[in-house]
Amino acid sequence: MGQVVNNGVNVDALLAAREALKNTPAAGEFTWRASCKWLNGTHARSTIQGFRGLGEEQSHKSEFSFDTDHPQVFASEDNGATPVEVVLVGLASCLTAGVAAVAQNRGIQLRSVEARLEGKMNIAGILGADGDVRNGYDSIKVTFHVDADASKKDIEALVAQSQKRSAVFDIITNPTNVTVEVV
Amino acid sequence: MSRVLTGHSIDHVVLERGEVANSWRQERWDSLRLLTPNWLSRLPGYAYAGSDPDGYMNLAEVVSFIAGFAAETSAPVRTDTTVTAVRSIEGGYQVVTQLGEIRCRSLVLATGAANTPRVPDLHRAVPQAVQCLTTFSYRNPDQLPSGGVLIVGAAATGVQLADEIHRSGRPVTLCVGEHVRLPRTYRGRDILWWMENSGVWNQRYDQIEDLERARRLPSPQLVGTPEHSTLELNTLSAAGIEIVGKLAAVRDGCALFSGGLANQFALADLKMERLLDTFDAWARDSHIDIEVGPAERFPPTRAPLSTRLSLDLRSGEIGSIVWATGYRPDYRWLNVPVITHKGELRHDGGVVTEAPGMYVLGLPVLRRRKSTFINGAEADARDLAGHLAGYLAACAGPQQDCATRRRQESFEIPPHL
Ligand SMILES: Cc1cc2nc3c(=O)[nH]c(=O)nc-3n(C[C@H](O)[C@H](O)[C@H](O)COP(=O)(O)OP(=O)(O)OC[C@H]3O[C@@H](n4cnc5c(N)ncnc54)[C@H](O)[C@@H]3O)c2cc1C
Repeated sequence: MGQVVNNGVNVDALLAAREALKNTPAAGEFTWRASCKWLNGTHARSTIQGFRGLGEEQSHKSEFSFDTDHPQVFASEDNGATPVEVVLVGLASCLTAGVAAVAQNRGIQLRSVEARLEGKMNIAGILGADGDVRNGYDSIKVTFHVDADASKKDIEALVAQSQKRSAVFDIITNPTNVTVEVV
Repeated sequence: MSRVLTGHSIDHVVLERGEVANSWRQERWDSLRLLTPNWLSRLPGYAYAGSDPDGYMNLAEVVSFIAGFAAETSAPVRTDTTVTAVRSIEGGYQVVTQLGEIRCRSLVLATGAANTPRVPDLHRAVPQAVQCLTTFSYRNPDQLPSGGVLIVGAAATGVQLADEIHRSGRPVTLCVGEHVRLPRTYRGRDILWWMENSGVWNQRYDQIEDLERARRLPSPQLVGTPEHSTLELNTLSAAGIEIVGKLAAVRDGCALFSGGLANQFALADLKMERLLDTFDAWARDSHIDIEVGPAERFPPTRAPLSTRLSLDLRSGEIGSIVWATGYRPDYRWLNVPVITHKGELRHDGGVVTEAPGMYVLGLPVLRRRKSTFINGAEADARDLAGHLAGYLAACAGPQQDCATRRRQESFEIPPHL
């Protein structure tokens, strides 16, 4: 490979964290948080700042905020992406970050990485029009265009490994217990 | 190990809870054949001598192969002797059995990697009406109730049982997570011929980049049949077996499967190709290209457009589940603090460094990739016996820095328990 590969990922730090967790498994327990406020109609604003990990409270550098709404074809004001699109954002960004990290670890220099996502859904489910149709996506298709100093095979392996290590890919492809309470 | 220790003139005794080759007599299904070819079944100074070196032993043949070795080497085996506790004592170990106790300076744990089936906790949520079997309780398809069979796990055991149970006429659904795909033969030779000759099988544990991963790898999808056929997911699904993703949960009586199957296929296909690339490069570099057939590439595992994500276990569609989710060792009798919170033994290439004089054999990639296989025992035993001999010599030596020396006489092994 010759020159130093730099995808801006600090792989050494990640590998060191992996080693450290072997000795203190409890530090690996993280809690991620989001809060959401209803604004009007289907428009809501979610904010994210604090989380817990490495045995203590942590914080992002600043608060991040995400507006969600529905488009005008749903008779909404379209003040933000729909929540189901935000799910695609989560998957896309998780897989893309994974590609960069795995590439760094494998010594592959990336020039560009683009992912296109398509989730198929029949809204008869959420409208309650057909009890046999599920609410969520029937299927999601991700198409990656990766330009890198690597063979097609290596790029395929990169993308496969990124899925294997992706939290959001796991969340979407496997069931998760969800509890909702009113207090 | 016994044979090699004898070579070092080290007094020892082998304790066995059942008979010689107990795991092969008691813990395997009826139709099992080795997935390693006969010529690879080698133990120190002992090898397959039959007429079909390329064939695969059935259970009876494996038992007589191992029993034959024990007899030929006059191994000092005490059968029907179950070890119930092992404790550290000054200068060695106290080994408790149901017949009495033994004190020893050095101890080799050769209880194997597969003492009990590894069944995921989610089995508890399976409805009562569904009969559950493990790879230890499964013997043949006649045991199974009528109706569909859900087989969880697609390593060597899972794919072999899926094939056998499907042939018995029962509808089979196979849950596939991470798996290792391999063709039975490649360029006209058994895949294990390639493993062995290219050096992959002999790769040492301290040369493997991600050792923990290598140690967790499922067994390869291989079967030993007289036809030398490849047993792969494409064949199974073409035969009518339904392939679904990894069993992720059982909720409200429904089995829920992962939707990530296509990537499991991609990973296994890519890994197989990388291995075949390694073999091709080795064949080229060692000038044996002309002796073997031309390079081959196999069609990718066909991913169904969409796989079933849930299956209602209360509907009657599934009569039984076979958990083919792997095996694990059982160290409940080992009262020495060398076990991790995950139940694994801490060791460095078979040397239990925290317990001087203690060794282990037969765990996955213990010292080499082939460590869990019959063929892998010899090299590991030689390495570890060398270490063990050095340890005993140091204990008995003039330095006297070893606590054992003072109490040496109490470590004589009694002739009878
Ligand atoms: C389903 C299956 C298929 C396999 N197929 C192959 C194959 O095709 N080719 C191949 O090379 N390898 C195969 N293997 C691996 C195979 O198990 C090993 O090659 C070999 O049997 C390992 O020998 P071992 O002596 O380490 O362990 P084991 O054969 O498991 O022997 C351990 C012995 O320890 C005894 N024991 C356990 N606990 C106690 C105790 N507390 N007190 C006294 N005695 C005890 C047991 O009774 C047993 O006899 C397979 C394994 C499995 C599970």
